[in-house]
Amino acid sequence: MDVSFFAEILPKLLAGLPLTLQLAGFSILYGAILAFLLALARRLEMPVIDWPIRSFVALFRGTPLLVQIFLIYYGLGQFRPSLQALGLWGLFREPYWCAILALTLNTAAYGSEIIRGGLQSVPKGQVEAAQAAGMSPFLVLRRIILPVALRQALPAYGNEIILMVKGTSLASIITLMEITGIAHGIISQTYRAIEVFACAGAIYLALNFLVTRVLGFIEYRLSAHLRPAAA
Amino acid sequence: MPTFPDHALELLGFGGEGWAAALLKAAAVTLALSLAGFALGALIGALAAAARLSGRLLLSLIADTYATVFRGVPDLLTIYFLYFGGSLALTTLGHWFGAQGFLGLPAFATGTVALGIISGAYQAEVYRGAYLAVEKGQFDAGQAFGMTRLMMLRRIVAPQLLRHALPGLGNVWQLVLKDSALISVIGLVELMRQAQIGAGSTRQPFIFYIAAALLYFAIASATGMFFGKAERLTARGFRRG
Repeated sequence: MDVSFFAEILPKLLAGLPLTLQLAGFSILYGAILAFLLALARRLEMPVIDWPIRSFVALFRGTPLLVQIFLIYYGLGQFRPSLQALGLWGLFREPYWCAILALTLNTAAYGSEIIRGGLQSVPKGQVEAAQAAGMSPFLVLRRIILPVALRQALPAYGNEIILMVKGTSLASIITLMEITGIAHGIISQTYRAIEVFACAGAIYLALNFLVTRVLGFIEYRLSAHLRPAAA
Repeated sequence: MPTFPDHALELLGFGGEGWAAALLKAAAVTLALSLAGFALGALIGALAAAARLSGRLLLSLIADTYATVFRGVPDLLTIYFLYFGGSLALTTLGHWFGAQGFLGLPAFATGTVALGIISGAYQAEVYRGAYLAVEKGQFDAGQAFGMTRLMMLRRIVAPQLLRHALPGLGNVWQLVLKDSALISVIGLVELMRQAQIGAGSTRQPFIFYIAAALLYFAIASATGMFFGKAERLTARGFRRG
């Protein structure tokens, strides 16, 4: 292995980092908001709302992300006149937005189950105590349920975030040149698969390491009440 | 040209223009590929788990690095690496024996190896956790009965390991099944690739990707039920908490 080759490909691969970060960042953010709303909606326990959400979650968790990306990018492209009439064609024409939409819906499906589990873990007694103290339903949600539920859901959500960072690599199949797309390009030109894999892989590992450390720090901050008092 | 012709659904039939037979055959390839990859992953995962439990520093470091790398790097990148890296090795080898030009690896075998390496990293963690969940006292009891190590493994560890590992293995299986769609990028005609071919030649991508999604969903649901059944079967001797 020669160092000069690494020095040559590293900047090329890093040029894809902003796109990888954008895809991951937007889809994790939008996905978390959607997941949260879906999890709250399921708490209402109304069949009219439950059934569509459960189907959505089952379908997006039971099919490959690649199929979802292709369905949105190529499949919906078939309805161009209708999408143009709705003024949405500008969105569905761009692989960038299609990838973000697919990743968002995918992570929302997994995330809603994680948050739902967190919400269910809140002891009923705490909610009853808050109600007895005269808190409104919104106040109970904000002060009692959410702090406990989010702390509980955090480790599992951390895994989901890492899966999303990895999932952004599929955007390269619909022509977006993020890190994996660039890596594929370099490999098929130079056939130096080991070096390119090591280099691109190291970028992803560093990224995921950063994610786990940040989440570990948040978890630490949120669990002060569980630690023994400082001596 | 209407965007969604009336005969669109006929494309998924068994008739002259229908793609049903091709799609079902491709679904069988997906299932076979996933099974092969999962089985290879079980072998690699068991070895990696044994290495991490061995208490030997070097072995456990290798196994640890393996699991960290292949769980942290995108699966697509791993697939490109194995396909191009393997093909290069094969081409180099071929040239020594006088072959000409580029030699590509067989796609099914490469896909199996890729899914095996990726799922092995996840399965290693499952097996390790399951092994650690077996109560220590049971080993002592086994020894007190004068069992050999192999007999303890067979009669005491393996049955319980399976019970503890099954829920985790079910998750890894679902992951392998969905990951198998990525093997389409190296040209294997499995379900995803067949759907792409159908979409391309009929210009009806929507209906073909919906069909593919439903077939994946059907395979995932059916095999998920199998895992559920296996879980109940191995847990039948235990009280539920």
